[in-house]
Amino acid sequence: MSEGVEIRFEGLAATRQSGVRLPWRLSWRPVMPLLLAAPLLLFMLVFYALPVLSMLMRSVNDPSWTLSHYASLTGDTVFLKVFSNTLYTSLTVTAGALLLGYPVALSLVRAPRYAPVILILILLPFWTSVLVRSYAWMVLLGRHGLINEALLAAGMIDQPLRILNTPLATQIAMVHILLPYMVLPIANALRQIDPSLARAASGLGATPWATFRQITLPLSMPGVAAGVLLVFVLALGFYITPAMVGGTREITLSMLIAQQVDQLNWAYAATLSVVLLATALAIIAAFYRLPGVGHTLRTSAR
Amino acid sequence: MTVARVLPATLVGLILMFLALPIVVVMVVSFSSATYLTFPPPAFGLRWYSAYFASDDWLRSTWLSLWVAASVVVLATLLGTLAALGIARLPKALRVLASALILSPLIVPVIVVAIGIYYAFARYGLVGTPAGLILAHTCLAVPFVVTSVNASLAGIDPRLEQAALSLGATPTGTFFQITLPLIRPGVLVGALFAFITSFDELVVALFISGSGAVTLPRRMWDDLLYQIEPTIAAVSTLTIVLTVVLMGCAHLLGKRAAA
Repeated sequence: MSEGVEIRFEGLAATRQSGVRLPWRLSWRPVMPLLLAAPLLLFMLVFYALPVLSMLMRSVNDPSWTLSHYASLTGDTVFLKVFSNTLYTSLTVTAGALLLGYPVALSLVRAPRYAPVILILILLPFWTSVLVRSYAWMVLLGRHGLINEALLAAGMIDQPLRILNTPLATQIAMVHILLPYMVLPIANALRQIDPSLARAASGLGATPWATFRQITLPLSMPGVAAGVLLVFVLALGFYITPAMVGGTREITLSMLIAQQVDQLNWAYAATLSVVLLATALAIIAAFYRLPGVGHTLRTSAR
Repeated sequence: MTVARVLPATLVGLILMFLALPIVVVMVVSFSSATYLTFPPPAFGLRWYSAYFASDDWLRSTWLSLWVAASVVVLATLLGTLAALGIARLPKALRVLASALILSPLIVPVIVVAIGIYYAFARYGLVGTPAGLILAHTCLAVPFVVTSVNASLAGIDPRLEQAALSLGATPTGTFFQITLPLIRPGVLVGALFAFITSFDELVVALFISGSGAVTLPRRMWDDLLYQIEPTIAAVSTLTIVLTVVLMGCAHLLGKRAAA
């Protein structure tokens, strides 16, 4: 019994280490992993991949094989406006999250005494659902919400500001929701910087600002790139938040897709979906070429 | 204390307030005694919690969400753990291909996944059924199970399994006595993530829950379209407490597994 096991085992080691291929029938081992993975792979093919692909196919085979749905996008003013609005929203949200996220990441790494408190304040909202957080912003930004009441009470405004149901509301709520995705990779990159580098710089007479600009900031760039990638790509596909707090005038691509599905306009919805997916994939592919981004993403996922 | 030190600290403090404020406000509002949404509340009370517990609709949706999430946990954890075990031992080309399929729901915008599933499930007759929700949510939850189990697997010293096998244990015995105990934290973390993924999921539910399987997030969404009365704040507070407790467990478990 044990001998049989050992032979099988050495066979596996041999295929792994020296690339020697065992004849298929000598070993059942290569089949076993496939059998373990097969139920999930089949499940995902049937209930996820094929459904999504067959829906996307409607963009090229409705009513027969055609690229006309894509060709007409270039002259489609609704699409162009919504698409540029989506990109603009994602850009401003990414910039906002970077601006607010970097100092938080820095203090998370530099102030170990407060780190647990800071981490809890980042994680608590992070663990709360997007729906609940968007609802919270409805409560805060409404005509009689906390922000307006506070500004009125302070005498800074005479009439309630209209923030809810504007693009600004979408941007504020999305920065809030996506901020942890910016903070965690940047903090991860900052943590990996050798502290002796900063000590050496200040020992050689650099001011704290010069040390930050010339040592810390450049070395944290992989984290910044990873955070920017995550926030931008997630922002591109946001649906719940803009639909809840952003009003109906300036809609995002996701909202347009949902509208088209409601009207059973499958070919158009599928074409827009391909555009959204392709944009996200193109951005991911571009960022993955930057040095250190893949590594930072993998390590901060843990 | 110089300005150079106080200024950044104040700035970070304000940003952290920005992070915490919305959640705190929702929790405070949920204990309001007012019949409409106002902050700060004129007085405190539990009327919105009693409104929630007295409503058949809210309770039915809560049970449905809990039940669907529990089924997703079973299905996603079982399929995901088995697959993670298999994928780790697949040849590289197959491994890359299988991981791409399994992890893709993390990258594909959820609206695209949602309408794709709606498109197909409408034909399978799965729209408006709990079964449809369970199948769809399992696809969204599986990437978390696979990555979490995979991380545990990567941390196992392969010599432990080799030692068991060479000492005469059967492959099955080795799995149950060596591998499974070692990856248990990863499996548990994956299960918790699977639960939350399903329990909080809204976009897919918007399309496929129809009128026959209205989940808790879906009912909150429907209610928000008409009014923002504080019952939703009470429901939100309850779900915040539930998810934060579960995610806190997952966080601590994950930390212990990594240590």
